[in-house]
Amino acid sequence: MKHGNPLHHPFTRRALLGQAGIASLAMISAPAWAQAMVDLPFAGGPTARQITTAFPQKGAMILQRTRPPLLETPFEVFDKGVITPNDQFYVRWHWAVIPTEVDVDTFRLAIRGHVDKTLSLSLKDILALPRVELAAVNQCSGNSRGFFAPRVPGAQWAHGAMGNAVWAGVRLKDVLDLAGVKPGAMQVRFKGLDDPVVADGPKYMKSLAIDHARDGEVMIAYAMNGEQLPLLNGFPLRLVVPGWFATYWVKMLNDIEVLDQPDDNYWMKTAYTIPDTPYANMKPGETGVKTVPINKMPPRSLITNVKAGDTLHVGTPAPLRGIAFGGDTGVARVDLSSDGGKTWQATQLGADAGKYGFRQWQTQFTPAAAGKYVLMVRCTNADGVVQPDQPNWNTAGFVRNVIEATPVVAA
Amino acid sequence: MFRNLLHSLFIATLCIVGLVLAPLPGRAEGPLVLKSVNVDLPDSDRMFPGAGADAINNNCLACHSAGMVLNQPPLTKAAWQAEVNKMIHAYKAPVDPNDVTAIVDYLSRTKGAP
Repeated sequence: MKHGNPLHHPFTRRALLGQAGIASLAMISAPAWAQAMVDLPFAGGPTARQITTAFPQKGAMILQRTRPPLLETPFEVFDKGVITPNDQFYVRWHWAVIPTEVDVDTFRLAIRGHVDKTLSLSLKDILALPRVELAAVNQCSGNSRGFFAPRVPGAQWAHGAMGNAVWAGVRLKDVLDLAGVKPGAMQVRFKGLDDPVVADGPKYMKSLAIDHARDGEVMIAYAMNGEQLPLLNGFPLRLVVPGWFATYWVKMLNDIEVLDQPDDNYWMKTAYTIPDTPYANMKPGETGVKTVPINKMPPRSLITNVKAGDTLHVGTPAPLRGIAFGGDTGVARVDLSSDGGKTWQATQLGADAGKYGFRQWQTQFTPAAAGKYVLMVRCTNADGVVQPDQPNWNTAGFVRNVIEATPVVAA
Repeated sequence: MFRNLLHSLFIATLCIVGLVLAPLPGRAEGPLVLKSVNVDLPDSDRMFPGAGADAINNNCLACHSAGMVLNQPPLTKAAWQAEVNKMIHAYKAPVDPNDVTAIVDYLSRTKGAP
């Protein structure tokens, strides 16, 4: 049974086969042979999640929700390199009506609205346009939401609702130029093949300002890390908006509409809005906060080879490494603190594969004495924007970029 | 389990093939040939457990599987009421008006916060 069917739920093939369904009900009390689990350290829980390999074109992923899929990249993937493999790249869908079949010969991308000429492009047409490539981080607006204090509803992601890929495709500008944007155009609105489960539910649509859409960097991608996109990451076409949160990176893109007025659809006006304040921060319970659509990403950095609670050896240099990204510009520096943020030392940055991608950093830390240490890394981007030392808070759980702390013990 | 094993073998094979064939990221390459895709997405048979779960099981599983809710943090009754209202008003969930109280009660009883 495909999961686009909204009327379906209890009688799946798994249930008929028996044991798999029971195992999922038994959850964490199940014996070791049952299902691999992971613990996400969220205050107040629940912390247990299943590792799933049940999704097409996907390897081991953290199961946040089966339908529509929310699949998180296991954190250890980020320690392996700056490119997130397609089969472990996170997945996030809003509505459960997702086509499970895409025919490359019949698929069409429409460009319409406030243009001289309405177009219906085949994939062959698109592949014939000049090809561009770019490494860029795709990060969910709510990445790390599970660490918000106080907790907020929404997908309870740890740090794995992000990934970095080399995207290949065509410039959105080139496609818009083919159609000819008319004077007075204000925004460009994007839709995909996915649909609401309920007939009057708001179809997922996102818009960019016309100048942003024509900046020559926004891309219609047909390849990710040298291969076609996994269906769950948006096959056959996905919008790539370098430096901006993933809500704008519309998957299964099949409709581009040039607007001569601002888009006030639900997904622009109500959902995915943030406080118009530094760090998108507000106080719990605060009302009357002015909001704006979420937009550029701020810098972040993470330690990937040492976990909270790990033990290091006194007097022995411990290699530390991880990833950083600058957000809407490149990484200028990543600094390490081993005393909870009192003092900082520069780390060595890895190769620069493009300002919108992950950049590796590495250094060493030698604990001088036994005891507790709090390790922290802090990214400063090329515009001088630094990660804050206090966590932000907002009702939607968006734009976390606080300096993260990793407490360790030296013995 | 057998299916998982097959899947793992499939992935392992893909990885090996990928090592040989995949172009270096960031490097220009020949034209990409896109291939049609036809997949099955898994569904969930998970239900909300325990007493008083009929209303939530009958009204909420059409749009999303139960795991989404079961993975949420403890929330106050007012926060759960707001979530249910959002599903009805923003996302047009066809929830029977007579079931709303039972849904919110179930959530605040099983996943409540002070």
